[in-house]
Formats: sequence, structure tokens, C-alpha cells
Amino acid sequence: MTRSPAAPAGTGTAGASGRPDAPGPDDPVPDAPAAPAGGPRAHEQEGLARFAGFWARVIYPFTATSMTRDELERHLLPLATRLRSLLDEDLLDASPAQEVGRGLVQAHCTDPQVLAQSLTVIEACLLLYRPASPDIPSDVVRSRLSRLQAAVAAGFARALRDRTRHEQEAITRAALTAHQRSQRALHESEAKFRALFEGLAVGIGVGDLQGRIVDVNDALVSMFDSTPEDMRKMRVDDLVHPDDLPGVWDLYQQLIRGERDRFVMEKPYFRSDGSVLWTDLRVSLIRDEEGRPQYQVAMLEDVTERKQINDRLRHQATHDPLTGLGNRVLFLERLEEVFAHEGGGRRVGVCYLDLDGFKAVNDSLGHATGDRLLVAVAERLTGCLRGPHQSVARMGGDEFTALVVDPAGPHEVTELARRFLAALAAPVHIDGRDLSVNVSIGVVESSTDGTTAARMVQSADISLYRAKARGGNCYAMHDPEADAREMSRYHLSTRMPEALESGEFFLEYQPMVSLADGSLKGVEALVRWRHPEHGVLGPDRFVPLAEETGLIVPLGRWVLEQACSQARRWQREFPDCAPRVNVNLSVHQVRSPGLVQDVARVLKNCELEPGALQLEVTESAVVGADDQALTALRELTDMGVGLALDDFGTGYSNFAGLRRLPVQTLKIDRSFISGLRGAEGGDPRDEQVLAGVLSLARTLELAVTVEGVETEEQAERLRSLSVQSAQGWHFARPGPADAITRALRG
Amino acid sequence: MERPDWVPDGIDVTRPSAARMYDYYLGGSHNFEADREAAAKAIEMWPDLPKIMQANRAFMRRAVRHAVELGVTQFLDIGSGIPTFGNVHEVARAADPQSRVVYVDRDPIAVAHSQALLEGDTRTGVIEADLRDGAALLEHPGVTGVLDLERPVALLLVAVLHFVQDADEPWDAVAELRGRLAPGSLLILSHATPEGRADMAGPHQDLYRRTGNPMSMRSRSEVTRFFEGFEMLDPGLVYMAEWRPDPGCRLEDPTRFSGFAGVGRKP
Repeated sequence: MTRSPAAPAGTGTAGASGRPDAPGPDDPVPDAPAAPAGGPRAHEQEGLARFAGFWARVIYPFTATSMTRDELERHLLPLATRLRSLLDEDLLDASPAQEVGRGLVQAHCTDPQVLAQSLTVIEACLLLYRPASPDIPSDVVRSRLSRLQAAVAAGFARALRDRTRHEQEAITRAALTAHQRSQRALHESEAKFRALFEGLAVGIGVGDLQGRIVDVNDALVSMFDSTPEDMRKMRVDDLVHPDDLPGVWDLYQQLIRGERDRFVMEKPYFRSDGSVLWTDLRVSLIRDEEGRPQYQVAMLEDVTERKQINDRLRHQATHDPLTGLGNRVLFLERLEEVFAHEGGGRRVGVCYLDLDGFKAVNDSLGHATGDRLLVAVAERLTGCLRGPHQSVARMGGDEFTALVVDPAGPHEVTELARRFLAALAAPVHIDGRDLSVNVSIGVVESSTDGTTAARMVQSADISLYRAKARGGNCYAMHDPEADAREMSRYHLSTRMPEALESGEFFLEYQPMVSLADGSLKGVEALVRWRHPEHGVLGPDRFVPLAEETGLIVPLGRWVLEQACSQARRWQREFPDCAPRVNVNLSVHQVRSPGLVQDVARVLKNCELEPGALQLEVTESAVVGADDQALTALRELTDMGVGLALDDFGTGYSNFAGLRRLPVQTLKIDRSFISGLRGAEGGDPRDEQVLAGVLSLARTLELAVTVEGVETEEQAERLRSLSVQSAQGWHFARPGPADAITRALRG
Repeated sequence: MERPDWVPDGIDVTRPSAARMYDYYLGGSHNFEADREAAAKAIEMWPDLPKIMQANRAFMRRAVRHAVELGVTQFLDIGSGIPTFGNVHEVARAADPQSRVVYVDRDPIAVAHSQALLEGDTRTGVIEADLRDGAALLEHPGVTGVLDLERPVALLLVAVLHFVQDADEPWDAVAELRGRLAPGSLLILSHATPEGRADMAGPHQDLYRRTGNPMSMRSRSEVTRFFEGFEMLDPGLVYMAEWRPDPGCRLEDPTRFSGFAGVGRKP
């Protein structure tokens, strides 16, 4: 080692190694030869002390001891004393002087320069501070001094060598101990880690940044049904699965580049036998001390079973067990998905299907057959699909929907609807029967912008009602105006049962008068609906709906009851001039099997004789009616109830057929008299036709009432044609029963 | 079980350590080739270094003796390094044989060596800990088994804080330690500074940056902040050689410009 001693400012005593014996100007020592006072012993001691002081000052700059210089001086004094005493002895062996060298090393003065300086100081000054005995010849003293110096050097060297060896050994042992401890700690933490690694039910795989799989635990191996060797041969890229979520490999690349520290997702893998392994995957990046990516650690939890159960539960929740089709939930989910698409602007088509007459099949042939029919229908509907963007679902009962995602245009959806119709054209063969089943379809095709999934389904449903209203076995395309109309029809028909319950219907009565004297011959009961939102509705608004829904039967019965009890009240008050009451029968009612009993019961309940009631039926109700209906009408007339043919002239007016009917009265439709405009105006042919009809009626012995008389001229013409009775605004508008009562009193 | 090669190794003697370099400066042989090379290079750049270390050791000795004079006989020496001739327990016991000392270092080799040296001595302890986690350090059984922290302790942070980077918040760490000491406790502290020898400071810190112990020399005001809340004993924070020099110390020391030293007492 080269340690170039700095020249300490202000010292200069023994700075440079070259002149250790050159005392500086402030050095108080070199007057040593002067004999101090206090006797020879004290004199010797003092001389040695001054020598030690000088020695310490010379070597101190080369030491690294933590002693102060004074302490060093005190440490050197016994060494100097020992040295000096040796000088006086006749030693064959100078080795005791080695202790002096060792003493330097013990004081942590280990720099070789300390030895060099010390030898120089001993050589130059020892005798100066403490002269040798005059008895010893000076050449002997010199020789002894040389031998002592050699021994000091040897002692220093040996002590330094021992010390160096000892310290090297100590530090090496310490390093070894530290290393062992760290190994043990490492081993312990590693053993803990290994125990975890191997014992966890979670699969763990370690991969390097190149994607090589470095280590796998048993759990992972058994999850993959593989071997550790086979798995270590794999690369991370071998783990791609077609059902991987989009983006998983982007996340992986970000992790490898150190742009993210972890990611978590559900990921499928292939097991060694090719089956699928579903896992909750958590991948973490391991970095080195400088933060550079080093390894990737993947933790996998086997969720295959859980996923299968979930999938099964989800399948159950979203599918119809009977047909295997998706159910309402799945259909709405798929539709919502299209609407949820970011950026919007997608198109979607929906068909809403309802089987015509399915209820009849169910009712007549039983549910088992009905179910088999539904399964067959589902199969045929499915067979109409063209590609994965088209799907069919069963909404419940006999209702189905079809969804077309991103259709090429409205035509794609209507074409699908046509295929559905065609597919059900051929009957379904079940248990040796051919069951005909038709379908009505509402079709909607639109952009997802500006509407919602719910509104779209509603539109398809309304359009379906329009298809139904047209008689079924057809499709109706969504049309906002038509749908709005249908919508209000729909609302009316759904509200009607409740309205009947809560007494929103009421009757008005329109008089029929004798043209000869203006007397009241009878009244026609007309039903009205006092709708809470739409006000009073005439029968034209709701009777056709009631016919469709079948509600006409209870409604008709209610009208009959009301009219009969009113007729009875009039009879009680006006036994002589109470009017006969006319009540309309709908097509449905005429054909309803319970008609005769209903009428008989009502008459009985009201204690009304049958002759006070006249039923009005339309041509269409009786034309083509089966024998059962005609029989019923005959039973009624046999009972004494009057029967009028209403709206005569609006149908095809089968005069021949009239003979077969048990009708007593013809009510001639207003269309025959709208042309009667007094003497000069109008079409003379109208009057001729009317005359012909009247003549025929006389021939068949039928009474005649003309409806829709609005003017005195018309009344005059009818009188001139000898018409007996008439009805119309010219005589009286329909009004409450009270108005009739007042007229009777009047 | 085959050890995965991605587990890092523990002990690396090919990297110079501050503790072993310090030993080398003091003429010791508790060091390895890498330490000697680095230390020799440092001395080549700054020949006064061994003397600076010597002055630092001398300050420590004076401060320990002064602590005993003030009645404090428990010592906690953090950053004790390799124990060499004239260590704290030797100095303290020379002044009061009942003195208790705990040495703390984060260098596992220094700790192993100290433990070997002091094995069987019940009034000393050696633990491996990091002064940056003062709470864990003071709650270590190796500390609480030797020192009574309810009584005053002389906390030695001698030539160690310049090995804690600013980013590791040495002031917070020292505040944590100070806060847990009993009233009357002392803080004995020395710290390298670029003040006085700015020419040397830069290259010297560069050199230590390559060791396992990079170095942050600090200004007087920065060093003063380590004593926050403590009363400075005379003569305050001064250059190391100027702190209560022994009477009759006639040599003006060239190393006085290299570091600050001071002792504070907890009120």
C-alpha cells in the first residue's frame, strides 16, 4: 500500500518518511542529553519518557489507532523501557525485543511506515535520551542496538502477520456465517414457498419473458391432466383457446412489456385430452431489484364445474324446456344486446308470432297433443332460419318471436315471416291426425336509434293484432298509424270486461213510431259505453271488438236483462201502451248454444211476456247459419218472442232465404231511403226498389220498419208508400229510458 | 427439490462494503479484495481519508467517555460496522465497567463478525437491523434484552447517516428513534460534509456510489436537523477534531474539515 502521508500543517516534526530523525522547530525534545535532576533513576525514567514522547509524535501520523497521541505515548513508554533495559543486558538472544514490535501492532499501529519510523527513532535517539552504561564498549552497544532493531522488526512483522491472518480468518468466517444464515433464511422462505407452491389447490405456473414455462406445481399439472415434464415443454402461446376473451393476449403482452403488473380474467384451456378447463386466471409480473420484468407467475383456479353449473342454470333460465328454444328472457337479452351496442345505429328485425286456433286444439285434443304440436311448430320455425343472426324464441303459450340482427333490410324480415307462414301451411301429423295450424305474425324492422327494445316488441305485438284482425294466417308489417288505431282497439278490448263489471255500459232507447198516427210502436235498445277517458262510445266502436274477444255474449246478455227489466217497468206503469222492446243479437249470440235458455231465463226473471220482446238479427247472422242456429231462432219465435231482420238491404238480401226464416219484421236499412228527397228530387229508381221490397214484404206477410228517417219529406214519401212504422232522428234520437217514460206520460 | 434459479442469492463479497472499507482505512484486515481495491482508490483520490476516519473514531471515544461522565452508561451504536481496536464497549467499560452496549448494523457480515467477537458477553448485544425502521429496531429483543429503554440511552449515529439517501428520509428515521428514547438520552452523531473540502466531496461520493453503500454528504444545516428537539451540548455541531479535544492535543488536525460532529441531549 502506498500511503503518502500528508504534511500536517504546523507539525513538520516527522512528516516525510525520509526524515524521521529531523525534529521540527517546535520540537522540545532533543536537549535530552542534559541530565535532569532527581537522582540517576529518576533521570533515567525521565529520559525514557521523553523518548517515548518523541517516538509517539513521529509515528502518530502513520497510525490509524483511535488512541490520542498522549495515550499512544503512554502505551509506548513501557516498550521503550523494555528496549532500553535489553540494551544493558548481554543477550545472546535478542528475541525479547520482539515484544516491542508486537506492542506496536497491538496499539493498532499496523502501517509498515510505523515500523520504519520506529526503527529510525530507536537507531537515532534511544541512546541519545538514555545513554548506555559507560562500562559497555560503544561498539558492543551499537551491535546490541542493531540486533534489538532486527528483533523489533521481526516481532512487528510476526504480530502483523498473525493479526492479519486472524482478521482474515475472522472476516471470512463471518462472511461464511452470514452466507449460511442467508442460505438458511432463503431455504426457510423457499421451503415455505415450496410448501405453498406444492400444497395449494390453486394451480401455479412460472414463465419467463420469452413465454417458456419454467415451473409448475402439482395442482396445475393435475388440472391439465398432464405431467410436469410435458407442461415444462410448453410455451405460454400454446395455451390459446378459441373461447379466449378478446383482449386477453393484449393484456399478456402489456404485462410482459412491464406496462402492467397483473391482470385477472376467466380463461379456458385445453386439457391434454382436449376437454375444456375453465379457470379464474390471475397473472402477476415479477420484477428484479431495478424494476425490470423478470418472470410471470400465473395462478389458476379450476372453475370448470362451477362454470358448467352456471351454464346449466343459465341455460335453464333462458330456454323453454318444452321446445328447447330460447325463452322470453333470452330473446329480450339478445335484443337488448343489439340496443346496447356502443355507437348505436344498428338495425334489427322482430317477428311476433301467435298460432291461430291453438287454443281449440288444446281444448279439444288435450295438453299433451297441444305440447307436441308446439314442439313440431318450433322445429318448423327453426328450420326457417338462415344464419346465426336469426333466432327464434318461445315467449310462452302459443307465442313465438324471431329476431334478426343487422338485417339486410325490411325485406329480410318479411321474407322470414313468409317462410314461417309457408312452413306451417302443411298440416302437422300427430297421433294419426292432421292438425292444421296457422300463424299470425307482426313484423317490425327498424334502426335501434330513437326507439327501445321494449317499444319494438310492443310494435311487433300490435302489428300481430292487426294480422289477427285480418283473419290470421298472414303477417302485418309495422305501420305507426295502423298500429295506433290497433292500439286503441286493443286497449278498448282489454278494458271491456272490467267496464262491464264496473257498470260503464248503459242503454239508450230509440222510438219506432207509427207513420199513420205518430204513436209509439216500440223502442230499440242501443248499448253505449261511458269510457272514463274517451267519453261515450257508440256500439260501432266496441261491438266488433266484443265479437272478436267473445265478450259479446256476456255483454249481450246484460243488454237483454237491462232492456227486459225496463220493458217490464213500462208495462207496470203503462199497462195499455207500454212499447215493445227491440234488442239486437250479434252473430256470436245467434250461434251461441245457450241463447234460447238465456232468453227464457231473462224473460222469466223479469216476469215479461215474450211478446213484449223483439230480437233483431242481421242478415249476416242468419245467412249461412247452421240448422242449430235456425232451430234456436224458431224456438224463440215459437215461445212468442218477436224476430226482426235488421239492416235489411245491406247484405245480399236473399229474398228466397227469407221464407226459411222465422222472421216477422223487416227493418229496412237507411240506405234505401237516403235517395228519397221529396217529390221532385232524388233518384226515382230508389223509390221503385223500396216499393218492390215493401211489396215483397207484404207478400211474405212481414211487418216493415224503415230506419234512418231524418226528414219530413222522407216520412211523407214513406206514408205515401203505406209503410207502417219508421225510426230515425226525424222522430226521435236515442235517449234514456226516462225520456220514453216522459213521452208515455205526456 | 431443485432450487429455482430465479431466487436471488444472499451474500456477495465481490461488492465493496462501507464497513469493511472503514476497517481497511483503520489498518485492519477484516476486508476482502473488492473492499481493499475500492478503499485504495478512495485514498488515492483523498489521501487524508484514514486520518479522517481516525478523527471520527477519536470523536466517538471522547463522546462515549463524556456520556459516561454525564451518567449515561447504555449505548446503542447504529452502523457499528466491523468492531476494531478501541470500540465503544471497550471505551465505555474503561470508564464504567457496568456499561451496556448494543451494536446494530445492516451488513450481515459485520453483524456475524461482531457476534463472534462478543459471544458470551451478556452486557453487549449485536443485531442486524436497519435504522430506517426505527420502531422494529428498538423493539428487537436483542436491544430490549440488553438495554433498558426507560432509562437514558446514548444513541450513536457515528459516520452512518451519510449512507442513508434523502429519498429514504433519514430525518424521519432519526426523529422516530429520538422520539422513542427516554429523557436525558444523548444523540452522538458525526456526518460527512462537503463543506471545507468541496473539491473532494464529489469524486468521493461518486466512488461510493459504486459500492453497496452510496454516500450523501450533507451541509451543516442539514446535519443540524438530525438533532431537532435535542439540546446541543457544548460546543454544538463542529468539525470532528474541534469537539472537546483532549487537553494537550497539540496537533492541528488536517482532517477537521471533513465532517461534523456533535452531541445532543433529550430534555
